[in-house]
Amino acid sequence: MIFIFPGEVRLKNNRLLVLLVFVLLAVFCAAIFIGRYPKPYWMPLNLLLHESLAQKLVFSLRIPRLLMAMLLGMSLAACGQVLQMLFRNPIVEPGFLGVSQGAAFGASFAILFLGASLLHVEIFAALFALLGLALSFAIARLVKFGGWILRLVLSGIVVSAIMSSGLGILKYLADPLTQLQEITFWLLGGLWSATWTDVLFILPVVALCLTAVFLMRWRLNVLSLSDATAFSLGTAANRERVFLLVCAVIAVAAVTSVSGIVNWVGLIVPHVSRRIFGSNAQFSLPGAMLIGAIFSILCDVIARTLLAGEIPLGIITSFLGALIFIILMSRQNLKAASHD
Amino acid sequence: MIDAPKLTLSNVEFCYAQGAAVLNSLSLDIVPASITAVLGPNGAGKTTLLNTVLGFLKPQSGAVLLDGVNISQYSRSQLSRLIGLVPQAEHIPFNFTVLEYILLGRTPYMGIFSMPQEKDHQAAESMLDLLHIAHIKQRPITELSGGEQQLVLLARALAQQPKILLLDEPTTHLDLGNTVVILNALKDLARRNVTVIFTTHDPQVAIYCADQVVLMKQGHVLSAGRLQEILTSAQLSRLYGVQISVQQVAGRPVVLLPR
Repeated sequence: MIFIFPGEVRLKNNRLLVLLVFVLLAVFCAAIFIGRYPKPYWMPLNLLLHESLAQKLVFSLRIPRLLMAMLLGMSLAACGQVLQMLFRNPIVEPGFLGVSQGAAFGASFAILFLGASLLHVEIFAALFALLGLALSFAIARLVKFGGWILRLVLSGIVVSAIMSSGLGILKYLADPLTQLQEITFWLLGGLWSATWTDVLFILPVVALCLTAVFLMRWRLNVLSLSDATAFSLGTAANRERVFLLVCAVIAVAAVTSVSGIVNWVGLIVPHVSRRIFGSNAQFSLPGAMLIGAIFSILCDVIARTLLAGEIPLGIITSFLGALIFIILMSRQNLKAASHD
Repeated sequence: MIDAPKLTLSNVEFCYAQGAAVLNSLSLDIVPASITAVLGPNGAGKTTLLNTVLGFLKPQSGAVLLDGVNISQYSRSQLSRLIGLVPQAEHIPFNFTVLEYILLGRTPYMGIFSMPQEKDHQAAESMLDLLHIAHIKQRPITELSGGEQQLVLLARALAQQPKILLLDEPTTHLDLGNTVVILNALKDLARRNVTVIFTTHDPQVAIYCADQVVLMKQGHVLSAGRLQEILTSAQLSRLYGVQISVQQVAGRPVVLLPR
């Protein structure tokens, strides 16, 4: 085992983060040229420089969609990491606390009763996602036993169950030839509807929430300790935890309103990041945000490029996420090996 | 060097929601820069006492005073620079390295948005040296032995530079060698002007290092005072409800269980 000085660890992690920023930029720029116009897989630079249709396609469709994918991945990964650390449970994901099921119910409600205009779907998804969060907190306060975390987990499960039974009713009522298809497609997740308007609406919300989480990432470490220890280190543990949770979940509610349900990113990316950077959120949180953005962009590129028709994004992220999870689980001592 | 503040508990009453009183008009004076062992049967309220001194649990009546000032008057960050806690068997679900974990002890000296700076790293490193665990600083904490883990918990609390250190059964799961290492570290702390209060089930541990002993039963203090005066056959028998004999061997008390 090589003796590593702590300064070198910090330096190594900082270099890795800078490297990931460049990878993200490279992936983003490459993805601009990948698509099915003019023919599958690659748009020559020349075409982009000279053809107005190509320019229009890139600037009004691909770039906002790429930005959306980036925000989506960052939010899901950051929220996943925040929830995993605050709940002291590495298999929690952002849909916890009723947010995903709430968004699904809200979107389906809009599809069924408000004529499925995109704007309505997005607004209702966001509203019900936040409602799910609020309900989870409200019910957690009613629970008469257990610590704060257990109560929140329980009420999150309850709210998710209520929302998904409501969703079941809506699906049952939906016209199977039109509305049910739309609901199903929304539940599988996708960014085909992302526009500049979406990006401009969501960017400030996500930026604000993620900045707060990012700045408090050392605090996140402390808040993952037991209540008494976190208290002894001078934190207002419950207040700070609620603040971080609300920030993280609002970011996810915002992106989910556009993307629909995208699973596995929030679960798997924090794990990958901890494997690379260690558990310290000082490095693993920004790492997770960058990896999440890269992963989402790559998955979305596959989703819109692989076949002539769009593949729902959630299918790709679930499939690749599950594959990565298998690899991670079967290579338990990846981290230990890197120290030898 | 700032003196350790004088810690006083005055008529402290505490009960959990809907429960019977866990601390029952408990009054106590702790000599600054000394070691106090809290002994008592299971459920006597020892951990509750530590959490109340910490300020984590708020007494329903009575007060915990530092130099005569109620700890509820102190801000969180002031308090966290004065009082440190080594909980019993802290479960840490994430694989921090030893150094990262000890750095968490620097949080009271950092702003809510700050990261540890060079001086925090230096403080953490010096705690590693103090407890002779510098060689494990890059090891993940979940892979440590019980003795190493206890030393790391202690180092994290010491990085806080507390004037009062609370430890909940610091030696319970340790072998004799590691027990002595931890207790010697506590003695060293008292010499450095830190007030140490710990709970234990083992009177022999108290005898090894404590200046004062507090005997607790059913939420109140049965007796408290200098070790030699308190750890007697009569007192311990009364405390635990079994016949316990305290003998003097080589000028030190030795606790014998009934046979």
